[in-house]
Amino acid sequence: MELFTNQVLAGIATGAIYACMALAVVMIYQAIDHLNFAQGEMAMFSTFISWQLMQWGVPYWGAFIIALALSFVGGIAIERILFKPLAKAPVLTNVAGFIALYAIINSSAGLIWDFTIKQYPTPFGSSPFLGSQLISTHQAGMIGVTVLLLIGLYFFFQYTRIGLAMRAAASVPESARLVGINTSWMIALGWGMATAIGAIAGMLIAPVVFLEPNMMGGVLIYGFAAAVLGGLTSPFGAVVGGFLVGIFENLAGTYIPGVGNELKLPIALALIISVLVVKPAGLFGRHIVKRV
Amino acid sequence: MTTLLNVKDLRAYYGQVQALHGLSFSLNEGSLTTLLGANGAGKTTTLRAICNMVRSTGGIEFDGKPLNNRSTESIVRFGIAHVPQGRGTFTTMTVEENLQLGAITRKDNAGIISDIERMYAHFPVLKQRHTQQAGTLSGGEQQMLAVARALMLRPRLMLLDEPSFGLAPLVVRDLFGILGKINREDKVSILVVEQNAQLALELADQAYVIETGRIVMSGNAKDIANNEEIRKSYLGY
Repeated sequence: MELFTNQVLAGIATGAIYACMALAVVMIYQAIDHLNFAQGEMAMFSTFISWQLMQWGVPYWGAFIIALALSFVGGIAIERILFKPLAKAPVLTNVAGFIALYAIINSSAGLIWDFTIKQYPTPFGSSPFLGSQLISTHQAGMIGVTVLLLIGLYFFFQYTRIGLAMRAAASVPESARLVGINTSWMIALGWGMATAIGAIAGMLIAPVVFLEPNMMGGVLIYGFAAAVLGGLTSPFGAVVGGFLVGIFENLAGTYIPGVGNELKLPIALALIISVLVVKPAGLFGRHIVKRV
Repeated sequence: MTTLLNVKDLRAYYGQVQALHGLSFSLNEGSLTTLLGANGAGKTTTLRAICNMVRSTGGIEFDGKPLNNRSTESIVRFGIAHVPQGRGTFTTMTVEENLQLGAITRKDNAGIISDIERMYAHFPVLKQRHTQQAGTLSGGEQQMLAVARALMLRPRLMLLDEPSFGLAPLVVRDLFGILGKINREDKVSILVVEQNAQLALELADQAYVIETGRIVMSGNAKDIANNEEIRKSYLGY
């Protein structure tokens, strides 16, 4: 029983990271109808920036905040420079754009910081949380920061005018323009926020997977699995999907014989395919209630 | 009477296809003007051209200021509210959020809150359903919501694209009654595009008839309604 509880809690902790990545993917998907394959690399780059700042002597939370701000601006810049001109281009052109972005960021990180694996600090320590052996303080910290982020985002989208405008621009762009919303900037803002959310995920998972240019590869696949499971049209679903995938991954690795650590990734891919076959809209995908 | 909207030699294009062939008309401040014509005559295109939602050339002046080459969202800020065909409801959001979106360019929070209450007084059914998803409203209720959303801008000019479309005759009467009231009491100038010519002419004071992208007739709404020849040849009733 203790093994089970332990695995579920550890699953929730990594699930929090998947939830952030899934949320970032869904936010951009809602805004421009494309999957951002470079989301993981963007998060990795943000994490490197925070690491570099710490190397220069900036304390952890200072580096955290500066990296977030730079990610936000960087996300907006990527949208303005690369994807705004592609807005009306065919799907494959956009896919090529995302793959190019992936390659560029990955190689730039390798060029600047090289490909050797680096230690990344945790501000929470890694002792047992509240004296319990079930979960470490860093895992508890991952869950805590994610929950705070989610609550903040909920209030932002539900109760602020700019959040309302962003939702409107994503759901019916033409009507949004007709009430005076600059939908183009709302998309850019969505990119900025998604990039910052990804940065949080990167900085929280880095102490676990260690810092290197390919650190987010696996994490992003789980993020995609979470987004597909929850429904690509539902931010709430993406978050739920993230936690579910995290728990499922850990339990499968522990209890299904032969899976272990090596086969965990194919399980995420199998999950993506199963969901797309059985329930393409995902658990919380859009069911628009409509009367004609 | 001052001219609020002045359209001169408007030509609009969908790709290579020209939809408007040099259309000119004007609308006086405070008036309720209707644009009539058959399917495909260019009524919707005219409204879309005013809000720069379709490529066009020619002059469009609002209150003496040219609107050409401005983005749709900045034209809204002049006080032009456009209720598009199909109503443009934000179906996944609540009724109240739809109303708040109508006022998204305004900064006066107190005014917005009191205006929402005013809309609920105009359209009591919206108050009953203010927390409901707008997509679950009936067609008539959604049209009411669309008009209310447009009014939340405190517009000087409201553009309505076939408000009667798909509604029961009684609901249409109701709606047109409200439009007349808004025009008289709130001093909102209205340009309404309609296929239901009879009803539109009863409501409007000024009318234009479009055929294949050109104005073929204009004048006082009553005169046009009383002219049997025009009615038979252009309006089909």
